[in-house]
Amino acid sequence: MTASEIPALDLVPKTDEVQKAKDFKSDQEVRWCPGCGDYAILAAVQSFLPSLGLRRENIVFVSGIGCSSRFPYYMDTYGLHSIHGRAPAIATGLSVSRPDLSVWVVTGDGDALSIGGNHLMHALRRNVNLKILLFNNRIYGLTKGQYSPTSEPGKITKSTPQGSVDHPFNPVSLALGAEASFVARTIDSDRRHLTEVLGAAAAHEGTALVEIYQNCNIFNDGAFEPLKDAGTKDSHLIRLQHGQPIRFGSEDERAVIRDNDGQIRTVDAETDGNVLVHDAHAEDPGVAFALSRLADTVSLDRTAIGIFRDVQRPSYDRLAREQLEQAGDPAGSTDLSDLIAGPDTWTVA
Amino acid sequence: MKETQRRSDVVIRFAGDSGDGMQLTGDRFTSATASFGNDLSTLPDFPAEIRAPAGTLPGVSAFQIHFADHDIMTPGDAPDVLVAMNPAALKANIDDLSANGTVIVNTDEFTKRAVQKVGYEANPLEDGSLEKFSVHEIPLTSLTVGALESFDVTKKEAERAKNMFALGLLSWLYSRPVDQTRDFLTEKFGRKPEILAANLAALEAGWSFGETTEAFEVQYEVGKAALPAGVYRNITGNLALSYGLVAAAQRTGLGMFLGTYPITPASDILHELSRHKRFGITTFQAEDEIAGIGAALGAAYGGSIGVTTTSGPGLALKSETLGLATALELPLLVIDVQRGGPSTGLPTKTEQSDLLQAMFGRNGEAPVPIVAPQSPGDCFYAAIEAIRIATQYRTPVLLLSDGYLANGAEPWRIPDVESLPDLTVSFTTEPNDTDAKGEPVFHPFLRDPETLARPWAIPGTPGLEHRIGGIEKADVTGAISYDPDNHDYMVRTRQAKVDGIAHTIEPLSVDDPSGEADVLVLGWGSTYGPIAAACRKIRDSGLQVAQAHLRHLNPFPANTGEVLRQYRRVIIPEMNLGQLALLIRGKYLIDARAFNQVRGLPFRSEELVEVIRSEMLGESTTRFESLTEESLA
Repeated sequence: MTASEIPALDLVPKTDEVQKAKDFKSDQEVRWCPGCGDYAILAAVQSFLPSLGLRRENIVFVSGIGCSSRFPYYMDTYGLHSIHGRAPAIATGLSVSRPDLSVWVVTGDGDALSIGGNHLMHALRRNVNLKILLFNNRIYGLTKGQYSPTSEPGKITKSTPQGSVDHPFNPVSLALGAEASFVARTIDSDRRHLTEVLGAAAAHEGTALVEIYQNCNIFNDGAFEPLKDAGTKDSHLIRLQHGQPIRFGSEDERAVIRDNDGQIRTVDAETDGNVLVHDAHAEDPGVAFALSRLADTVSLDRTAIGIFRDVQRPSYDRLAREQLEQAGDPAGSTDLSDLIAGPDTWTVA
Repeated sequence: MKETQRRSDVVIRFAGDSGDGMQLTGDRFTSATASFGNDLSTLPDFPAEIRAPAGTLPGVSAFQIHFADHDIMTPGDAPDVLVAMNPAALKANIDDLSANGTVIVNTDEFTKRAVQKVGYEANPLEDGSLEKFSVHEIPLTSLTVGALESFDVTKKEAERAKNMFALGLLSWLYSRPVDQTRDFLTEKFGRKPEILAANLAALEAGWSFGETTEAFEVQYEVGKAALPAGVYRNITGNLALSYGLVAAAQRTGLGMFLGTYPITPASDILHELSRHKRFGITTFQAEDEIAGIGAALGAAYGGSIGVTTTSGPGLALKSETLGLATALELPLLVIDVQRGGPSTGLPTKTEQSDLLQAMFGRNGEAPVPIVAPQSPGDCFYAAIEAIRIATQYRTPVLLLSDGYLANGAEPWRIPDVESLPDLTVSFTTEPNDTDAKGEPVFHPFLRDPETLARPWAIPGTPGLEHRIGGIEKADVTGAISYDPDNHDYMVRTRQAKVDGIAHTIEPLSVDDPSGEADVLVLGWGSTYGPIAAACRKIRDSGLQVAQAHLRHLNPFPANTGEVLRQYRRVIIPEMNLGQLALLIRGKYLIDARAFNQVRGLPFRSEELVEVIRSEMLGESTTRFESLTEESLA
């Protein structure tokens, strides 16, 4: 699907020029640590954007603070590297006031879920037209290795020598609880899946939250290894596809079923044909929420990836714009004069 | 026909329970007074609680209006007339009443229990404590209920109309027209005909009561004031500020985006602007103060006039984003309607104690221009000036209003909108430099040599794609730079840009009619009225004093030091503990004397007279704060 066929991008100007990934590379030297998962995501985004066919100058990347938030510097689009946690707020003002822009937020687990939790939550509930890429490496990288709000319990780090006693957030569960209209999860190293999810996010009107599992090879190396290792990934990963029965395992022997009592759970050998069919468009986020919670926080077994939820709800931008349009235009400066004079005036000669 | 006496000016204070409608009563009296043609100044004074327990001192809500047949500067030091709707209102306000003042009390509320509730040992109406005043004891509630007997309203609804009875009575007493109030009520209660009829009847009954009862022998008249020719309206500071924003947006030719979070006493600006979408104004009620300014900054990046409104505690929350705006060098207007602090402080009271927060409340060297209006009507022009600076210099600007300006009202000569400054903004749309190979290139931090402003190139502009952020940027190119010399240069350049604004602002002017004064009173913001009134009184007594008032607090007008050095003594009255004085002393090494009050209320001009006079005559006074080395540390 090209941009001209995506209603959510109706107001963003298109280009006839053929774009290539390199058109989206800025002249800045990339300064992430060698081997960082961010490189793969950057390359995937740069390769993906040409498929939208949008004018490059109408794309904006806004970020907060953290390793991931350096992202905009490396994109040859418009970009704003802001302050810790506030990117969704800043991007909201930009998006609402400029419907002709495709606005992307790049953030991390600390930026989005710790210091910026409030803004993320409210952007999601409002359904502002933002595509939020949340790079989750389950660690603080730029401050050199403290545990993050997504770190597994008991995480031993510089700030938690005896192990963290925090209970972590599940970003997908959080987003679903915050009334998000589009929630997906993908993995830095799976270029094809990542690209597919980005495409669906771009096509969505309103906020799209994409959690990207990202490896920090310096402070939390191998955090997602069970989902990447050839020996374990097929048994651990649940690939959600809208309209498809949810089966997984190296032989597709495992499945997600709905119990007779309504509970969503996995079975290791599905036999009775009672496999749950994934419905990303379900109005009720309950099943998506249950799917987001199948994973084991530590072993990552039964981790679902893909699009959990993708439902239609008018964006905040659209509704706000309609109010502006309904208000009409002022009739030149007479209207301003009338406004400031008000109904009760008197004249001093 | 009763006797009519002329008065040159009158100060009335309406006081009652928070639920008694005193603000509405005051507002209607003000509106009538304005359209009658008096000069006026008002001071609403109400508690932060929406409905504090009835009949208690914390629940007292008051509205003071000063109106005159000449131009006046303040809402008045001491009321000539106090309307007290209950014992709490009497107790909370009686000490302010002028000698020989008039008290109108609602005797229905002076029950033994109500009197004791506020700590009176005996009924003040009976124990002789009000002897020095002229007291009118009127059963306002029962008279109102009586007048509304034939109406289809409950007793409670009838009682609630007692403020209209009081308004009718005071309108008669001071010969005020009531037509506008009738129109206002008709609009307000149009859908509730019974309530409308009852309120109109109560208003009428109050008027007739004044006319017929023997309790009032005299009716007063205050003639029209000889104001400069023009068309006038009555306006509060928050409304004037809102209109200033609408006007400024229109003069820039850009849309306006207000990102904000409700906070007293700034919320009315949000309420007002949310009604004017057709002027291209988007209002966004954010999840918090930080998101408010963040969204405004995001909109500014996109080419809108970004505005955020707040009060002191909210400004603290916005500090980091304000610093970002300083680093990004984008236009942004932050309006702080100051209130008593620290922390939650006095939400509904006025103070000028955010000056140093505005000046310095950010990490790093982050200079922000500061503009402060001096009267309610001036808020209109201050908003326009703030947006001129923000757009012309690509910088965040702080506008410091305060609770007194926000809610206080005065007659305002309506400007011709065509005469307002042209603030047309042009975005950068073409490359502004050439690279090493001679190819055209866009450099986001290549500055205008005159203003040092950087180009404002908005997303959507082809060929100018660039990245900006809070990390230090290399001069010209804007690429990330940790180079020591570059940082030193950029810090100094951002400061020089803000300092350079002084070239485009009016020089500090001095009001010294005789030209012989050797003492100057320097102020800023809402103290203009009380200081001007005090200086007038001093001159009337035959002494000479000069007054100067700063509209720009950062940078100061270029001639400020020169002006101040011409005087033997500079006195700085402020509603804080000497914040401007600290800046003036630090910058100009002038031994300015600070006079400070933080009572949550504007200065009384008489008090300033005393302070200024004693300083002029060289009398020692303990009223000045001594800004010794310890207190400056």
